[in-house]
Amino acid sequence: MRLSQAWVVARHDMHLLRQKRGILAGLIALPLGVGFGFPALVGLILSSNSTDASAWLPMYLDAFSFWFVIGAASLPTTIAAYSIVGEKVSKSLEPLLATPTTDGEILVGKGLAAFVPTVTAMWAGSIPFQILIDLETRGPLGYLYYPNWSMAISLFLLMPTVALLAIEASVVISSHVTDVRSAQQYASVIFVPLIFVYVASEVALSLDVTTLLVLTGAFALLVVALYFVSTRTFHREEILTRWK
Amino acid sequence: MIHAEGLTKQFGNLVAVDGVSLDIGEGEVFGLLGPNGAGKTTTVRMLTSLISKTRGTAEVAGCELGNEADALRLRQQIGVLPENVGLYEGSSAYDNLEYFGHLYRMDAVTLRKNIQRLLEMMGLWEKKDVPVETFSKGMKQKLAIARALVHDPVLLFLDEPTANLDPEAAKMVRDTLLDLKRERRTIFLNTHNLDEAQRVCDRVGILRTRLLTTGSPSELQSRVFGTRTVVRLANASESVAAAVRARLGGARQVELSGDQLLVEVKDPDRENPDIAEAVIAAGGRIRELSQPGPSLEDVYLKLIHGEALPS
Repeated sequence: MRLSQAWVVARHDMHLLRQKRGILAGLIALPLGVGFGFPALVGLILSSNSTDASAWLPMYLDAFSFWFVIGAASLPTTIAAYSIVGEKVSKSLEPLLATPTTDGEILVGKGLAAFVPTVTAMWAGSIPFQILIDLETRGPLGYLYYPNWSMAISLFLLMPTVALLAIEASVVISSHVTDVRSAQQYASVIFVPLIFVYVASEVALSLDVTTLLVLTGAFALLVVALYFVSTRTFHREEILTRWK
Repeated sequence: MIHAEGLTKQFGNLVAVDGVSLDIGEGEVFGLLGPNGAGKTTTVRMLTSLISKTRGTAEVAGCELGNEADALRLRQQIGVLPENVGLYEGSSAYDNLEYFGHLYRMDAVTLRKNIQRLLEMMGLWEKKDVPVETFSKGMKQKLAIARALVHDPVLLFLDEPTANLDPEAAKMVRDTLLDLKRERRTIFLNTHNLDEAQRVCDRVGILRTRLLTTGSPSELQSRVFGTRTVVRLANASESVAAAVRARLGGARQVELSGDQLLVEVKDPDRENPDIAEAVIAAGGRIRELSQPGPSLEDVYLKLIHGEALPS
């Protein structure tokens, strides 16, 4: 595996992504929405609630911050769908496969092209989120809520793991569909467990360090399992002879 | 440059290519002809190590097919134009070539020079920064050929380079092929276009799952049809045909077709005067006596429709 070769593919795909307004909009709007929208919501809640914030506010904050993880599942499915199904539709995969680049290098390149912008955008969105939340909640809570271990695990372990899972799922799905929209729709199945966790966290589930580590472990296992499926799917001969 | 022995590809129970053996020398332009589904694209994909072979052996540009270590080395040395050009339509012509140059790990200076040389050769240099989506089909095809050449490959595989092009665009591409031939490039050309094969290729092979025959277009023409003399008459009749048959003797084929007498000959210089004499002696009045060769299309159709190749 030559990472430099994978990076050539990734850089080119990221360059192409800049031409897709829908993807650019998602990469900007989603992190901004979470990074500024939820602090605004917290401000509204605090202004209308005079009870002891330390009793209920942390649960909301953990739940809101989980949107960075959900966002990390959403963005790569769109990017990977364009990157793989888009090339399949425009028939540009065959010339690419005819170059001295291994299947693994192409797969890693396309994965990086989805992973790097997603994670960078969500990390960028987490900065205003944490600063604004701290500014708003320092008084009611009496301490700075961020940074904390839960957020660190969400941003640096769970979010990248979920992004990888979404990319792998997109690769597998891309081999079975013939248009970008279908790929995105099928890939949205990955949201189901994440939305379930989010809803549970609003009701009863505590997104503490232990829970987040368990979730990361579970998703990491899925990443490993799907890695074997996606590398078998993204195989030169499979692509040329079996992909729809 | 290419040596294949019994190259076979099977998809489940379906045999797509069956026991293809061929040799292609350096600087040669070889055309593979065959109907849809004959296995032409599968053959190219095997020879370019895009798909595996089921049986047989082949060496392409000094690399052994089926040897994983050789696959990357092979793809580094060859250029491939697939049936669908697959360009990045939103990118410029220059960016399309530059991306592939990077994939071939070319140094920046050589890449820049090659891109300029190729775009100038294809008449696209003035449009180098224009998005490819604005190009005509012919321009796109030429750009795709430039992409296959960007790393200066020793061997070029072109799969149906003029398919789906209008006559003007097809001519544009065919002229490019002739330029490449003049540069003594080794080219493996898959085509449906028999006229193109006849004009561009040194040798052709006719494939219908099995490779039915190979040879230069003129060799195939005389092997399949022999040599014929056509005599156009003012008063064609069976009696004139019989007189010619009698004069040439043996089981020589002499056919009457409308106002023409079609005579199979072995040595036209010696036999044509005899034919003329026999016709005149039988009362025939000759309007024209000629020696037309069958077209490659005639050869192709005869072989594809299952008629045995004469030894």
